[in-house]
Amino acid sequence: MTLLDDQRLDRPVESRPLNTLTARSVSAWFGSHKVLERVDLEMRAREVTALIGPSGCGKSTFLRILNRMHELVPSASLAGNVSLDGRDIYRHDLPVTEIRRRIGMVFQKPNPFPAMTVAENVVAGLRLCGRRITRAERDDVTEACLRRAGLWSEVRTRLDANGGALSGGQQQRLCIARALAVQPDVLLMDEPCSALDPTSTRRIEETIAELREEITIVIVTHNMQQAHRVSDQCAFFLAGEHEPGRIVEAGATAKIFSSPDDPRTLDYVNGRFG
Amino acid sequence: MSVLDLTSIEELDRPPIDIRRVDPDVVRTYLGGAVASFAATWLICFQLTSMSGWVGFTAIFALVTLILVWVLAYLQWGRVLAADHAARVLIGMTAAIAVAPLVWIVATVAARGWHALSIAFWTKDLRFAGPQDPFDAGGVAHSIVGTLEVVGIAMLISVPLGVTSAVFLNEIGGSLARLVRMLTDAMSAVPSIVAGLFVFAVFIQSDMLPQSGFAAAIALSLLMLPTITRTTEVVLRLVPGGLREASLALGGSEWRTTRNVVLPTARAGIVTAVILGIARVIGETAPLILTMLGAQIFNANPFSTDKQDALPLFVWNQVKLATGSEGVALQRAWSGAFVLMVLVLALFVAARLLGTGRTRQRSSRRHERSMRARRVRTVHPEKERP
Repeated sequence: MTLLDDQRLDRPVESRPLNTLTARSVSAWFGSHKVLERVDLEMRAREVTALIGPSGCGKSTFLRILNRMHELVPSASLAGNVSLDGRDIYRHDLPVTEIRRRIGMVFQKPNPFPAMTVAENVVAGLRLCGRRITRAERDDVTEACLRRAGLWSEVRTRLDANGGALSGGQQQRLCIARALAVQPDVLLMDEPCSALDPTSTRRIEETIAELREEITIVIVTHNMQQAHRVSDQCAFFLAGEHEPGRIVEAGATAKIFSSPDDPRTLDYVNGRFG
Repeated sequence: MSVLDLTSIEELDRPPIDIRRVDPDVVRTYLGGAVASFAATWLICFQLTSMSGWVGFTAIFALVTLILVWVLAYLQWGRVLAADHAARVLIGMTAAIAVAPLVWIVATVAARGWHALSIAFWTKDLRFAGPQDPFDAGGVAHSIVGTLEVVGIAMLISVPLGVTSAVFLNEIGGSLARLVRMLTDAMSAVPSIVAGLFVFAVFIQSDMLPQSGFAAAIALSLLMLPTITRTTEVVLRLVPGGLREASLALGGSEWRTTRNVVLPTARAGIVTAVILGIARVIGETAPLILTMLGAQIFNANPFSTDKQDALPLFVWNQVKLATGSEGVALQRAWSGAFVLMVLVLALFVAARLLGTGRTRQRSSRRHERSMRARRVRTVHPEKERP
C-alpha cells in the first residue's frame, strides 16, 4: 500500500519512489479511426518531457492515455502498455481514481470550478478524493500549493473571490495549484500556455522549472521556444495524411533542436512546416 | 502637443465620452413615427371608417408605426440602418405584446382582489362564513396552509426524484436513458385531471389513502416531476465538460464529481427548474377536486381524513357559490386569486434567495477566517520567490 501512503511527501525527495512513466507500443482509436500507431516513449522521473508536433498528430490523445482520460470518450479504444515505475496503469489493481490522482493533468483551457472560491478550488481535489483534513491543514495546503504555482502573492487577499474572477493566466496557475494539492507524482500539461500572454507564460514556465525537481512533467506545446526552454527530453509526433500519428524522433531536447537525426524534425523545430 | 493633452487630468477622471448617450435623432425618429402613426390611425379608424375596436386600432397603429419608422430612418440613414431600426421597433412591440397579458392579468386580479388586504382574510377560515355573510367573517387561512403543504410535499417527492433522474439522463446516459427521456416527455403531456384520476383510482378507491392533502400532493408530484427532470437535464448539459474532466483528472469519482462540481455549478439552474415545477402545479385545480375535495375548516394535517383546502379550490368553490357579477362570494374568489399570486411571488423570491444565499454566507465566513490568518502571517516576513 505504499502507493496510497499519504505521508510520502514528508520524506526527503531522494527516498521517494522514482516516477518514470513508460509507454510501450501504444496505439489508439476513436471508433475505427486510428489516431496513434505504436508509440514508445519513456518519460523519466524529475525531467520535463515535451511532446511537440503539428495539430492533429495525436499528442493530446497520447497525453490523455497517460492518465486514463482517453477512455472517457465513448468511442475510444486503446492497445499497448503504459506503466508507472513498472506497474501497468491499465491492468494494475489500483482504482482508476487513484491512478488519476497520482498522474495529474492541467488542461489547455483554464477550468477552475466556478461554484468555488479560489481557496476552495485549490483544495477541491482533496474533497473529490474523499480525503478529510482539518481546517488548519486546509489553509496550509492552500497556501503551500498557491506558492508552488507562483500565485500566492497575487491572490492572497482574494482567496474568497470566485475562481472565475481571476485573469486567464491566474486561472491557469490556480489549476496548477489545484493539481498539485492532491500530491501527484506526475503532472501532464496539455498546452497550458496556449491561451496566455507572455508574462503569464513565463510565470508558468518558472513554475515548471521548480516543479521538475519533485515530479515528472510531460508537457504538450506548440511553442518551439517553450519546448526548448522548459524540457529535458523531447518527442516529435507527426501524422501523415490519412495516417495515424507516430513518434518520428525522441531524445534529449538539446539534440532534437540542434542536430536531429530525421530531416523532418529539423524542418519542424525550425518552423519550416507544421 | 497631441490631441489627448487638450484634456486636463481633472476631466479625465470623468468618462470623457458618454458612450451610453442616446442619439436624439433616433429618439425623434421613433417618437415622430409613433405620433404620426397615432394621428393617421385615429384618422383611419374613427374618421374615415367606423371601426371602434381597440384591438384593430392597436394593430393598425403598430403596423403604421413600423412603416413610418422605416421610412423616416431610410430618409436619414439609408436602407441598412432603416431595416435595423424597423427591426428594433418590431421586436420591442412584440415583447410588449407578449408581456401585456401578464400585466393585464395581474392588474385585474389586483383590482378585483384588493379586499384581500385585510388581516381577517389571511387569518380566518370559512367555518362561520356563508356566501351571504360579510367579507370579513371568513378567510383563506385554511387554503393557504393546504396549498403550502400540498405543494411542499409534492416538492419533497419530485425534486429529489427529478434531479436524480436528470443526473441519470445526463451523467450516466446509455440506451436506457433514451427510454427514460421518452417516458418523461410523455409524462409531461399527461393532462392534470388524468393525474388526479390516477391517484383517485389507485390510492383512494383502494382505500390506501383518504381524500387528503397527501393524496393531492402525489397527484401534483406526478405533474411536477417531468418539468423538473427535463429542465434540470438541460441545465446539467450546460455545465462545461471541461469541469467534469478536471474533476476526474484530480482523482475524483463520478459521484463526487457530480455532487461537488456538476450540481453546485448548475445550482441556479436547478433552482429555476424547481420554480418551474412549482409554477406548473400551484394553480392546478382539477386534480385537487378529485384527491382532496376541499374544505371550509382549518386543517393542518395533510394525512388526516378531515379534508384540506387549497387556494385554487377556494377560488373554484367561491365562484360556484357566486350569484351574478357581484356579491361576497365573488369578492372572496378574486381575493383568493390575489393571495395565490402573492404566495407564488413569495415562493419564487424565497427560492431565488435559497439558490444564491448559501454561497454568500459561506464565503463571508471564510473571508473572516482568512483575514484573521493574514493578520497572523504578516508578523512573519514571508519568503516568496519573485
